[in-house]
Amino acid sequence: MSLSSLTISEAGKKLRAKEISSADLVQACIDRIEKVDGAINAVVYKNFDRALEEAKKTKIDTKSSPLAGIPYLTKDVYSEHGVPTTACSNILRNKTYAPAFDATTIKRLKNVGAISIGKVNTDEFTMGASTETSCYGVTKNPWDITRVAGGSSGGSAAAVAADECIFSLGTDTGGSIRQPAGFVGCTGIRPTYGRTSRYGVMSMASSLDTIGPLAKNVEDLALVMEAISGHDTFDGTTSKEAVPAYSKTLSKGIKGLTVGLPKEYFIKGIDPEVEAAVREAVKVFESLGAKVKEVTLPHTKYAVATYYILSPSEVSSNMARYDGIRFGHTVEKPANLIDYYERVRSEGFGKEVKRRIMIGTYALSAGYFDAYYRQAQKVRTLIAQDFTKAFKDVDMIVSPVSPTPAFTIGAHANDPVAMYLEDVFTIPQVMAGIPALAVPCGFSKNTLPIALQIAGPQWSEELLFQAGYAYEQATDWHTKKPSL
Amino acid sequence: MLSLEEVRHIAKLARLTLSAEEEVAMQKELSSILTYVDQLKEVDTSNVEATAQVTGSTNAFRDDVVIEKESTPDELLAVSPLKIIDHQIVVPSAHG
Repeated sequence: MSLSSLTISEAGKKLRAKEISSADLVQACIDRIEKVDGAINAVVYKNFDRALEEAKKTKIDTKSSPLAGIPYLTKDVYSEHGVPTTACSNILRNKTYAPAFDATTIKRLKNVGAISIGKVNTDEFTMGASTETSCYGVTKNPWDITRVAGGSSGGSAAAVAADECIFSLGTDTGGSIRQPAGFVGCTGIRPTYGRTSRYGVMSMASSLDTIGPLAKNVEDLALVMEAISGHDTFDGTTSKEAVPAYSKTLSKGIKGLTVGLPKEYFIKGIDPEVEAAVREAVKVFESLGAKVKEVTLPHTKYAVATYYILSPSEVSSNMARYDGIRFGHTVEKPANLIDYYERVRSEGFGKEVKRRIMIGTYALSAGYFDAYYRQAQKVRTLIAQDFTKAFKDVDMIVSPVSPTPAFTIGAHANDPVAMYLEDVFTIPQVMAGIPALAVPCGFSKNTLPIALQIAGPQWSEELLFQAGYAYEQATDWHTKKPSL
Repeated sequence: MLSLEEVRHIAKLARLTLSAEEEVAMQKELSSILTYVDQLKEVDTSNVEATAQVTGSTNAFRDDVVIEKESTPDELLAVSPLKIIDHQIVVPSAHG
């Protein structure tokens, strides 16, 4: 067994006991990437030399952070000083954009001694649910390489599932951490909006974007979240709410808590194997002493439509900065400035990004703003209120992450709406800004992972980790590995 | 269904140039997305406030002093694909 298959806590014990060095651990990840990444295409930039150098300098003793010396991979939208960061888009790849600063999260991880070993695949500027819109091509699911690893954090998820790293970083705007984590059988959390800093992470839809970790189990997620959460002067949306010591309270258990099952999530269209696995997981919660109660989230059916107004509108605004002036793609001999903008953007952006910019531009244009954007913001309020009401009766809400296991590459190639509906169970939480955890809870008969989603009120990450940890102690789904 | 004229107008606002095939594909795809999102019109929102953010945060002020010291202006300029003269980016003419 390779050292790269260790969890953060397992690797940390060995590092502190001097059984292994950080360089051993980094080298094991490098070897693993060289061995399996040809098959799954998760890694888009290898920063191996620098990682080994850093690892050799890392001193670890009993006082070190649990993340000291631990190698990780980062979604290709996090700015990292001097490291090519392309958002998997030709508009930045063509000139190999390398930022002159670190994202706050990268800096925080650097400060505790974690080792960045490279960048992983994403849908172009995180717009997609399969990494099929990446300019580097699709990331394949380690459990079945004819299928997608989900998206947009598909590279982050596949890399964790394939043991190419110890943990990874992703972003979640509409489900982009949870859905890929679910498709490959790793764990991931979308934190409360404002819990983690987005400074230096390329924006997609600013009223919805969050960043968070993907890892091999809940304990590891807790360890990373402890290191990266908290207020940041550089991101005005981050909260001053204290960050609990998530990893210290994991074994509190869920006895006496109430788990809500939203009836709107168990409807026609959900794969029977997914439903069966989630209902089985609910029984595990009961056996751990939780009560189960049906809840209603009546505006669920409008969440995807709301998202596909709000998100492209904000996208159309955020993408305006890619104009070929300060960074990225350029063209020769423009007729004038407008011609320059149009040619840079038309050559640089891919199909899905253009589609979303177009939708957003239309929705925000004169005469349509109230009918589309304003109305969507109001429906957002109703979706958020559904959760507020439900959390008066229950402590957390349990559901599937996705209606089906991982789909086949190309399945939704010409049908954007079908692709958008992949996020039907992960978008409502986004509207309410609440945290949600994805945990493996079974397999389909084709050996594809199935995942459980546990959502809680804002700032309830600690509770979600306790619930996820209790579930993991009672099951072994999270320990299953694909054969590559 | 959006007209091709509308598609061209939106593309112009978005600073994108679409090929003839892209225009036709965009017309079909945008129309299907707009048909899908039209369901929001059936929701009664007459007494509902719009949500722009959800965590109750208010304006985050700080003193107007330089706190980002990691990159110099020249380092930031160096990532521009255009020519730099006297610490300024030479951009194409706005007048053509």
